[in-house]
Amino acid sequence: MPTFVDVSICDGCGKCVEICPSDIMHIDRKMRRAFNIEPDYCWECYSCVKACPQHAIDMRGYADFCPLDHALTVLREPEKGRVSWKVKYRNGTVKSFTFPIRTTPFGSIKPPDSFPLKEQELRSQLLSHEPEYLKVPSQKEVSAR
Amino acid sequence: MSVRSSKSTKYVDSDILIIGGGMAGCGAAYEARYWGRKMRIVVVEKANIERSGAVAMGLSAINCYMGLRWNENTPEDFVRYTRSDLMGLVREDLVYDIARHVDSTVHLFEEWGLPIIYDEKTGHYKREGRWQILIHGESYKPIVAEAAQKSASEIYNRIMVTHLLTDARNPNRIAGAVGFSVRDGSFYVFKAKAVIVSAGGATHIYRPKSVGEGAGRTWYAPWSTGSAYALLIQVGATMTQMENRLVVTRFKDGYGPVGAWFLALKATAKNAYGEEYEKKYVDEQRMLYGNYVDAKPFPTCLRNDSMLRELKAGKGPIYIHTEAVLDTREKEELGWEDFLDMTMSQSIVWASQNIDPKTTPSELQTSEPYIMGSHATCSGAWASGPDDMATDIYKWGYNRMTTIEGLFGAGDTIGGSAHKFSSGSFTEGRIAAKAAVAYILDHPDYHPDIDTKMVESLKDEIFRPMENYNVGKNKIVAGTVSPLYIYPNQGVIRLEKIMDEYAGGWGNMYMTNEFMLNRGLELLTMLKEDLSKVAAEDLHQLQRAWELHHRVWTAEAVIRHTLYRKETRWPGYYYRADYPKLDDTNWHVFVNSRYDPAMKTWYMSTVPVMHIIG
Ligand SMILES: Cc1cc2nc3c(=O)[nH]c(=O)nc-3n(C[C@H](O)[C@H](O)[C@H](O)COP(=O)(O)OP(=O)(O)OC[C@H]3O[C@@H](n4cnc5c(N)ncnc54)[C@H](O)[C@@H]3O)c2cc1C
Ligand code: SF4
Ligand code: SF4
Repeated sequence: MPTFVDVSICDGCGKCVEICPSDIMHIDRKMRRAFNIEPDYCWECYSCVKACPQHAIDMRGYADFCPLDHALTVLREPEKGRVSWKVKYRNGTVKSFTFPIRTTPFGSIKPPDSFPLKEQELRSQLLSHEPEYLKVPSQKEVSAR
Repeated sequence: MSVRSSKSTKYVDSDILIIGGGMAGCGAAYEARYWGRKMRIVVVEKANIERSGAVAMGLSAINCYMGLRWNENTPEDFVRYTRSDLMGLVREDLVYDIARHVDSTVHLFEEWGLPIIYDEKTGHYKREGRWQILIHGESYKPIVAEAAQKSASEIYNRIMVTHLLTDARNPNRIAGAVGFSVRDGSFYVFKAKAVIVSAGGATHIYRPKSVGEGAGRTWYAPWSTGSAYALLIQVGATMTQMENRLVVTRFKDGYGPVGAWFLALKATAKNAYGEEYEKKYVDEQRMLYGNYVDAKPFPTCLRNDSMLRELKAGKGPIYIHTEAVLDTREKEELGWEDFLDMTMSQSIVWASQNIDPKTTPSELQTSEPYIMGSHATCSGAWASGPDDMATDIYKWGYNRMTTIEGLFGAGDTIGGSAHKFSSGSFTEGRIAAKAAVAYILDHPDYHPDIDTKMVESLKDEIFRPMENYNVGKNKIVAGTVSPLYIYPNQGVIRLEKIMDEYAGGWGNMYMTNEFMLNRGLELLTMLKEDLSKVAAEDLHQLQRAWELHHRVWTAEAVIRHTLYRKETRWPGYYYRADYPKLDDTNWHVFVNSRYDPAMKTWYMSTVPVMHIIG
């Protein structure tokens, strides 16, 4: 199944259930551990894998076309602004990559109503922060043709 | 106690209701708050806005950016490109409107913290292709969602919207929507003065290439379930270009996108004999499809067409030669990041099949068809255009308002405007939201009037699948075979089979004709009747049941449009075998449809394509 859970690590916290866009990570009522209830509706999007505080979730490529003995594991570190991947090939080759994910702290976006409202522009073609944010010297591109 | 009466009803009032918190919905929330400071702006999302929609796993490029500030492109250039890629048929007013605003959206994203890659030599954003820029986009959706969270009055996650509500006094005026909580089963009634639908595109309309565990690995997200189209169709909104389904060429099975490989890394595609084939058929193609084949770049659908011709000639597999271009560590990283940021499955395919892109080429394939409004295709709602651009037939009120008063759309929801992608969808959400604010201010006395009887009957209908299960389950001991009901997934599989076999799916090399389409419609009509007999054991299946409803309505529109357009306009997306040529004399038009909910009848029509840009 695309995602699978190591029951000896999972503590049933439900973070994966909260995030899964497909609503397929559920908690088994008896075991109190997470599992993928519908592997054929899993996009292998890794949202749950990245969200699991225990690192209990892993991926096994779709049985339809992925031979066994491979792994793609991830560590997302929002506070450090990066994500790291490790690819393990069937033949043993290993590759590692790290990429930036954000240049500002999470939570730092300024809400739109913290900017002054240009009420007179409500009927014009300009959107919020325009024309400044277009960064073009003239307004010609947004004004009436 | 019946299932429905055990579910509590919750009422939510709003000025603006945004249905779907993906790229377009987040853009709408942000802009609505900018202009509507005191308004109650509510977002309702069937998943969790933090990672919902097509961008859940991230993206490695922004595919729509003009670069106005560096004089890289003009909005006019973008209209010309989009028009030729779509074989002449786009709403130029809508496309232009996206182009003139999209840069300000991208600059906002950068300010918020989305890492955009710069070209050290030029000091500009690094280009992947003429319209695309490269990003480190793992957190694209969480960043954009944060902006929406700071803008909306309230965000309701895990509520699946099932129906729109029109006003009790005026069936052509929107008044809200209903849905249910996938977590606690509460029934929700949202009242609104304006509604923006931004519920994404549709997959699993057609049979996917993988039918086992890998069925979830469609290129577009499996949770894109056609709600945007079904919600609108059922209240009588006019739809356009629903026949313009999208087929994409992607890395085989993993569906890794090809953009970075073809455009930035300059990889080539060759047949199994090592020959480049893309322009091999251009003379035949010109005879059938006219001068569109001379467009530069070669239109997306024609690139598929060349590949399909090559495959039919027995020259497959088709390979993309990644090994010829990964000569530096920088390029190798770029290639890997492309997939690790937006299609990890492709990396898993490589790892599991021992394909090192540095040494081994990868197979390409064409996908199953998808219904979308934001990519190299433009299915969706027929919308009013911007005041200063739209000609009269394209304008009846507020920008991005559908033919239902007060009902707006953005992103995959809106038809006629291709190549919006992530940034353009967010931009269109902004455009729609600004217009919705103006609409509300212009109608200060309006209060949504909802017919309570209708709401009660919708509540019955929404929970019926659980009722069906309760009633029917004792007829069988265990298992999934019941004479009284079908499960949602059984319905999806029936739908996919009908669409694949009769309406131009991959199983038939995207070929169809009038007889096949009519037969498909007949079988689809029976599936539609069976929808009242779908069963759901729990709330998760109830969500799947309503997703199936939405997919079936979307599919019906696709078939009806495909039947109506008697030509082959987009070879490589689908072929009408009975009308194999592109026919500009008769079909240089939009095909529009309208379902009349009172009469339960579909009406088809054509609307001229106005060329605004020379
Ligand atoms: C693999 C892949 C690669 C791509 N590559 C690029 C790229 O490189 N660059 C680029 O710019 N674009 C790219 N795109 C395209 C881009 O993602 C889309 O164009 C864009 O996300 C469309 O925005 P949207 O808001 O219309 O839909 P979405 O972003 O899909 O949002 C729809 C939202 O509606 C919600 N929803 C659906 N139904 C309901 C319902 N009934 N009730 C409540 N909520 C509902 C969904 O959960 C979702 O949150 C790519 C897409 C994919 C899948
Ligand atoms: S997030 Fe991890 S620990 Fe929490 S329930 Fe899911 S798998 Fe278990
Ligand atoms: S990988 Fe994505 S779709 Fe699959 S279970 Fe995890 S969150 Fe859900």
